[in-house]
Amino acid sequence: MDTFSDSESPLKLMIVDDSNIIRRRIERSQQIARLQVVGAASNGREAVELFRRTRPDVVTMDLTMPEMDGVECVGQLVAMKSDVLILVVSALADKATAVEAIARGANGFLCKPFTDRQLNDALADLLSEV
Amino acid sequence: MLKEAEIRTFIRGVTHYFETSTQQPASVGSPYLVTDGKPGAYDYTGIIGVSGARRGIVYFTAPRGMLTVLLMRMQETDTSDANIMDLVGEVANTISGNARRDFGKQFAISVPTVVANDVDKFTAPHFRSFVIPINWRSHSAKLVVCLE
Repeated sequence: MDTFSDSESPLKLMIVDDSNIIRRRIERSQQIARLQVVGAASNGREAVELFRRTRPDVVTMDLTMPEMDGVECVGQLVAMKSDVLILVVSALADKATAVEAIARGANGFLCKPFTDRQLNDALADLLSEV
Repeated sequence: MLKEAEIRTFIRGVTHYFETSTQQPASVGSPYLVTDGKPGAYDYTGIIGVSGARRGIVYFTAPRGMLTVLLMRMQETDTSDANIMDLVGEVANTISGNARRDFGKQFAISVPTVVANDVDKFTAPHFRSFVIPINWRSHSAKLVVCLE
């Protein structure tokens, strides 16, 4: 599934989800060699702090979370680093939510539940923008 | 009161969840109406509050054995109580969130609240609930939809 050559530079990945199971699932299932997980956060507020410290290139972002939801968090991350690539991974399946997340600066949307293949395809699509 | 088409939305959510997450389909029994305010629960229950255009709760409840096997099917080796509670909340969240495909953004959902081993810790907002029985492998669970 990884379509990127070894010579391409690694990219830092941050995983944001209030579910530990989903955070671990994304870390375990993503097969793109360029991506190196630099951290995981369980809500938007933690994500903003972690983002400041680690400056990731790619983020997977849940939407329904305590403290700060994903849509607001997307806006804050993009304000800190305009070229960050954000894949929203959410159960919220209505079009309006996806459109709002994209409008805030997200680059892709993957609906839960997802298979490993769907996750990797979505990440590969995201990285094709690099 | 839920319409038949709305119940089908939740049935689709249940079958899609198990098919996609475990590659093992679940079967769904005939939904039934409970009018005494006691739709019942298994060991662990993930509860989603609904507000906006509809008000009430949606909950997924399952026995520990089923949730343990479900975690294993998802390649999760940590079957601690914390992960079991995480999972039951995530299932409730996913099925409720997917319902917005049909109900739209006005179907606002909360983050999950999880209750273990004590169904009396939460109460349905009114007496009428639809129960969707779920059978997966040798296990039984249920999705309860209690919306005004």
